[in-house]
Order: sequence, then structure tokens, then C-alpha cells
Amino acid sequence: MITSSHDVVLVGGGGAGLRAAIAIAETDPRLSIAVVSKVYPMRSHTVSAEGGAAAVVRPDDSLDEHAYDTISGGDWLCDQDAVEAFVKEAPEEMLRLEHWGCPWSRETDGRIAVRPFGGMKKMRTWFAADKTGFHMLHTLFQTSLKYTRVLRYDECFVTKLLVEDGRVHGVVAIELMSGQVRAITAKAVILCTGGCGRVFPFTTNANIKNGDGMALAYRAGAPLKDMEFVQYHPTGLPFTGILITEAARAEGGWLLNKDGYRYLQDYNLGTPQPRPVLRSMELGPRDRLSQAFVKELEKGRTLSGPYGPVVHLDIRHLGEKVIKTKLPFVRELCLKYQNIDPITEMIPVRPVVHYMMGGVHTDIHGATPLAGLYAAGEAACVSINGANRLGSNSLPELLVFGARAGRAAADFAANQPETPASILAQAADEQRRLEREFLHKTDGRERIAVIREEMQHIMEFSAGIYRSGAVLTEAAGKLRQLQERFCAVALDDHSRTFNTELTAALELSFMLDVAQTIVQSALRREESRGAHQRTDFPGRDDQRYLAHSLAFRNADGSCRLEYLPVTITRWPPGERVYGK
Amino acid sequence: MSDTITLHVTRYRPEAETEPTFQEYQAPCRKDWVVLDALNYIKDKVDGTLTFRWSCRMGICGSCGMTVNGEPKLTCATFLTDYAPGPVRVEPLRNFPVVRDLVIEMSDFMRKLVQVKPWVVRAEEKPLSEGEYLQTPEELDEYKQFSMCINCMLCYSACPVYGLDPHFIGPAAIALAQRYNLDSRDQGASERMDLLSDHTGIWGCTFVGECTKACPKSVDPASAIQRYKLKAALGWFKSFLMPRGSP
Amino acid sequence: MSQLPIYTEYHPRWYRQRTSTYWWLRRPSYLAFILREISSLFVAWFVVFTLLQIHALKQGAESYQRFQDWSKNPVVLIVNVIALFFVIFHSITWFKLAPQAMVVRLHGKRVPAAWIAGPNYAAWALASALVGWIVLRG
Repeated sequence: MITSSHDVVLVGGGGAGLRAAIAIAETDPRLSIAVVSKVYPMRSHTVSAEGGAAAVVRPDDSLDEHAYDTISGGDWLCDQDAVEAFVKEAPEEMLRLEHWGCPWSRETDGRIAVRPFGGMKKMRTWFAADKTGFHMLHTLFQTSLKYTRVLRYDECFVTKLLVEDGRVHGVVAIELMSGQVRAITAKAVILCTGGCGRVFPFTTNANIKNGDGMALAYRAGAPLKDMEFVQYHPTGLPFTGILITEAARAEGGWLLNKDGYRYLQDYNLGTPQPRPVLRSMELGPRDRLSQAFVKELEKGRTLSGPYGPVVHLDIRHLGEKVIKTKLPFVRELCLKYQNIDPITEMIPVRPVVHYMMGGVHTDIHGATPLAGLYAAGEAACVSINGANRLGSNSLPELLVFGARAGRAAADFAANQPETPASILAQAADEQRRLEREFLHKTDGRERIAVIREEMQHIMEFSAGIYRSGAVLTEAAGKLRQLQERFCAVALDDHSRTFNTELTAALELSFMLDVAQTIVQSALRREESRGAHQRTDFPGRDDQRYLAHSLAFRNADGSCRLEYLPVTITRWPPGERVYGK
Repeated sequence: MSDTITLHVTRYRPEAETEPTFQEYQAPCRKDWVVLDALNYIKDKVDGTLTFRWSCRMGICGSCGMTVNGEPKLTCATFLTDYAPGPVRVEPLRNFPVVRDLVIEMSDFMRKLVQVKPWVVRAEEKPLSEGEYLQTPEELDEYKQFSMCINCMLCYSACPVYGLDPHFIGPAAIALAQRYNLDSRDQGASERMDLLSDHTGIWGCTFVGECTKACPKSVDPASAIQRYKLKAALGWFKSFLMPRGSP
Repeated sequence: MSQLPIYTEYHPRWYRQRTSTYWWLRRPSYLAFILREISSLFVAWFVVFTLLQIHALKQGAESYQRFQDWSKNPVVLIVNVIALFFVIFHSITWFKLAPQAMVVRLHGKRVPAAWIAGPNYAAWALASALVGWIVLRG
């Protein structure tokens, strides 16, 4: 086993991870920084974000309005102190990215352009054509190459956090190229591993989004917060789940049911107007649009496609020029993956899992309750997104909280004693576990893909857009059975070199843990709020549930829930109103 | 049309073999399925040892580049039905060392990316309080095409120069250098000039043009390189004729 | 090469494919590229031929007559015919590639490739017509 030692280790090299690494390098140039990612950083899922990133920049806009839109969009489950810090720092972070070369789209006079986006009352979404995440990630990655103190461990898969005496001391990772297990010790660890969309069958998320960091933290004793809040994006391609960006609706697209009717007007989202109106109809919040789809499905007004029920997204009326300049990637995706030209045809879409509002519980500096452990990005839950995230808030979240977590970890690491040598015994144990449970095991009855597909099916059925107590309870039992069945998995591949079956097995075990926390949190929250809708508890209950759910792992592997009140500063809970 | 298709896939197990071999598999041939879906089907249901990289399944992460029937392709954007009735030959990307099955070793490419200094170089930074660097849509257009590179390395796989001389810095790296050179906010063109004007830089390129054909994102790296050659040549003439002077 | 697997634990042996000497026969586009490069030899031949022609002309009518007789030699004729095809091939591929090397913008928009290739062809046609008229007139 190879050991290496750094001051701060970042797990995950996407938007949050790279921003944090740069922040640490700029805060304290003496610190040694390691970015450990299971893929090359430019493959991280940040790359696929399309629509845009919100920050207040227009003179007729204000931080309070951005904050209010975020808080009301989150159905008042957002920690308002975190939101206030977020909206304040977002414009500066985005500007910093512009200085680093990010090719934001511009007005004719050269200033940064903004566009309308769902849930935002004013135009404040910055964009880089419709590949905002791609440009942000590549800008961050290329800029990070300047900092020689940032050492990258590319294609190293973290399997465990090293914890001793209530403090994190580093990670154990498999170097995929050689199969060598490495112990990378550090004074602070920041988890930036993204969400866990692959727990569900239809998702916009890439193959690599398995909730790695969430499970690592959960197993190490840190709680996962608000896991029941899973955001569905209302317009994803069926079968592949590929995202058709909200921008298509922001430019003026319509959602039509099988009768060609703009059905959103039946669901308290306003009345159809010829031009898109902010916070109304197709620019309403994502959870309400996804719920409208399910209701239409129940009424039998959706179309039956080869991969299940769909509705139509119609952008034909925008015209060829607008589609080619403002939505070129949308057109490319439809043509290349579904053989449809949106200039002349309607796009079949359905709600697909897109984002996890929940994640590792952190404070507004990115610190988890476990000393030395930090988290940022989708893997973390601060919480600024509450019960439902507004589109174009997650990209600035990466920058703001990536930087915050980086700075906090840098301050922490600068004042820590050396890592105790006893921690390496844990790493050796982990290596033996991996060999025993996977690499050397030949007698098995289960296949990874079978268990994974069953888990996904259970999650879509029980923890989808609408949930109920009985179904969730049954799901919890089924997931426990799957976890037992997982112990009987044996790999076909016993090679050391680039063993992706091993990583698939490890990812599945992470996903099973995370799925259990989602189901348990959903079961205990007996109200409907934002993205969590209970058919047996259809109303919002601020008396009992104006609080975050915290899921802890018990010693026997079961999940226990506690509650943490939401921080309210200036905006008392109100009604979420759209369409006015 | 048959509903299965045969794939001949390169297998290479460094622990047991010295050379790659081919293995034959059958996979369903659905209208919407791409080569990557067939590979995943094989890995999930038939042979868990088949190894390949993939992630986003939508042509933006650049992980899934492989050689399909002799052509470098993103396997997430290559429909099986285009090759029906088959067989389809799936091999790792050419011109790179093969680590295992369809996985190639790309550290050479990663090193070259760093060498071209792909960041904004400025003599003086503008403070954040003064706002953004103004850049008109026309100025953005100058380099926008070259900023679309997803680092999939299909261009390196298609380039015969890189195949013959691994020191050649390659199309994507030069296109990335040009992306910054042509960005109105950058002032680092002279810093990149030395590396690019080397015989392993732009002058290694003989304008075969295959890189542009292979590029799935229409970056047109061949154009980036030839334009830079013109610029470099003119710059050399200028320095010759006006040694004390010119920008 | 050794017949035994070469693998030390944690140090997998990467397989490096050798590029064949006949790499250019693998794909039609590679072959077209090599032919394009070879065409420059024939362009050079035409330059030499023209220089010889001018030199012969300078020496006087008799010398020029000798040159013309030599040109009628079947070998020289065949070489010149082949060279003509290659020079045409050279020009067409050059004009096709020119727009990639020269990006011209008008009113901020990129000028289409045909606008750059077009004038080249036009100038070629014009020059050929002019030369043809001069040569055939006398």
C-alpha cells in the first residue's frame, strides 16, 4: 500500500472541488492540496449543466429579491442566513470566473447578458450559450492548472474515510490504473462528489453520480440532511433521461398534453401568455411542473411513448433563427439521440430525476459535524435549496460554497498536528476488506446489474414524485433485503488493472446506503413540502416540520432520524404563489 | 432487420496476455441504442470483465471515445442501426497505449494540455470591483468555436502525424492555445508562441485535416493550426524586417 | 518479443500499437493526403520544365526547336500529362483547404467557404484563359 500525505484532500474534481482547490491555494500557498477524483476532472458531471447560473447584476434587481425567490422556491426550508451569504457572494464569484476566462454570453455592448429562468422574478441568470456548466468546468479546470500546489490523483476511487477519535484524517483510494490501494492522509477532507441521481432509473445524471461522498460521510458518522428532497426536472428525454434545458422554456417553449393543450394552466400556475412570464406557466418551479405531469398521467391525458408516458415540449413557434442561436445544444441533443428536429417536430419529454437538494449536513462554511470533514456542491446540504431548488442556483452554489469550504478547510488544516501513524492500520484493514469481499471472492449468487435495477425500480415506484407511508415502509424493507443480497455478489472481473466492475460494486453499495436514507427521511416527514409530496399528508406542516431531517447511521447499519430547525432571519414562511 | 447485432470487441488483459485479442458478443440492436448501450448490456448481463470508460451518455464529457469499424467515434453518439446487420468492430482509440480492453492511457495528452498555458494571461488583472472585462459578441465569436473542445481525443486518434511522432503536441492542444490567443481578454500569445512554433508544435502539422473530420464538436482544430501558422509566419517576417518594433 | 505475459503486480504492461509503414493505405483520406503531398513534386517538375523552356528560348530558334522535339518524346509527354493531372489535383485541394486556413469576417460574421475558394478558381480560370489565348493565337 502506498501512503501519501497532504494538508487538504478534495474528493471529487468537479466545479465545487476545483473551486475549493483554487481557494485553498490562494488562501495559503504553503498548503499541499490533493484533488482525488474517480474520473479526470473535465469528465465530472458539472460539464453537462446547460441553462445558466444566477447572480444579481442588473440595477433593477436586488440581493433581497434573489434571496426571496430562492427561499420561497425552496418552500421555506432554506436556511436564510446561508441564502443571504449565497446571494451576496454569487455575483463576485461569477465575476471572478469571468476574469478567469469563462466565455459568458454578452450583450451587444460587451456586458454580461442575463436571461429569464424558472422561479426567478427578475432576469439574473448568466449563461454561456446553452453549455454553461461545460464552460464553467473547463474554465475552472484550466485555471487550476496554474496552481502548482494542487496535485491531482486522477482516476483514484475513494472507498473510505479514515476517522479516528472523532476526526477525519484522510481517505483510502484505489488507483484504477494499477489497482494499487493508496492511503492519502490529510488534515482536512472536503467532499465534492456530487449527487446520487443514479439511485433512480430515469435520471439526467451521468453514470458517475452514485452518492459516493454522501455514503462515505454517512458511514463515517456525519449525518445526511434533507435526503427526501429529490428534484425532478420536468423535461428529460425518455429512455436516456437526457436533459432538455429549462432555457427552452425560458425562451418561450410550451408544454402540451396529448390534446395539444397547455395543461399547466389547470394547476395554479397562471394563464397562457404569448411571451414567457417569469414564475408563471412553463417558467414555474420544477417541482410543480413535475407534479402536474403526474396528475395529467392520472387523468389519462399524457401520450404513450415506447418508453412510457410522455408529454410534448413544443418550441417550433420560436423559429429557426432563435433555436439555432440560443438553443443549439437542445437541437443537437434531439437530433443525435432521439432523431427529432425541434424546428419542425415536438419533443417527447417526461420528468426525470435531476438534483438532490439533500446531502451531507454542513454549516454555512461547509463544515460537517465531524471534525476535519467538509463538503460542498450537490454532495452537501447547507441548505440554500431547501425543499426545491430553483434552476440556475446550483452552479453559483458550487463556486460560493466550494470557495467557503476551501477557505474553512485551509484555516483548519493550518493549525493541526501531524496525522497519527495509527491511522494507517485502518487503511490496511480497508485493503484487506476490498480483497476479501470483492477481488478474491469467487462464490457468489448475485449480479450487480440485477440488484441495481431492482433498487432503481423500487425508488422510482416508492420515492418518486408522489409518496405514501405504506409504500415507503415496504420500500425500506425491500432495500434492506437488497443490501443483504448485495453481500452475495461476486465479480466476474478479478483483475487489478482498471477494474470497473469493482468500482460498480462499490458504487452500488454506496447507492444502497443513500437510497435507504432517502426512503427513511421521506417516511418520517409527514407533510408535503416542495419536492416531497405525500398523498397521505397533502398539506405543509410548519408546526412540526419547519425543520431539516438528519439521517444518522446506527452501529447496526440501520438509519435513525433527528430534526434540526430551519434558520429563519427575515422572511417568515408564506405561501408559494406562482402565476400572478 | 434482425434484432441482435454482433460485436467484435478488443480484449486485452495485461496480467495474462502480451497482445490484444478480439472477442465476439451478441447484443440487442434497438433503434435508439448506441454502441455504448450495447457495451453496457454486455458488461451488465454477459461478461462483467469487459472494461471501458463512459459517463454522461450525451456527448459532453468526452470519456467514451473508441475506434468503431476503423473510425474514431464517441460511442454514445454512434447508433447501432448505422452498422446493421454488423458485425461491428470496437477497438480502443488508436495512437494511445492500451491499458486494458478499450481503456487507453491519456497522460501524454494531459501533459500537453498544461504545456500550452490554457488560462488567461494578463500583464495586469482588473480588480473585481471594476466589473467584467467587456467583450462584444463579435469578440466572443472569434474564439468561441475553439472553446468547445470536450477533450475526447478523437482528433489525436485520427492524426497520422501523432501516430508517427508522439512528440507532436497535437490538434486539441493547439486549438486550446488558439482559444486563449484569440480571446480578447488574454495577453499571453507571445508566451505560447515559443512552444507552438517548435517543430513539435504547429510545424509538425502537415494539414492532413483528419482531426477536423473526426471532431464531434465541430471545433475544427485544423483551422486553428493553419491560422496560427499564417500568424506565426507573418510574425517571423515582421520581426525580420522590423527587428525593433512591432507588436 | 517474449512469449510470457509481462506483468508485475500493480504495474500493468501497456500495449503500444506500432504504426505501420503503410499507414497511408489504411484509409482513403490518408491516401488522398499522400497524393496531395506528392503532387508538389510534379509542381516542381513543371517549374523546372518551364525554366528549361525559357532558357531554350533565350538561346535562339534552333535551340528552341530542339527543346520542342525533346518535349515530343513519348516519355516526356507522358510525364507531362501525369504532371498536369497532379497539378490540377494540387490546385483543387489547395483551394478546398484555403478557407480553413483563412478566416475572413464581414460584419462580424464568418464569410462562407465558397467566397474564399470561389475567387481563387475565378483567378485560375482567368489566368488560364489569358495564357491559352496568347499561346494559341500565335
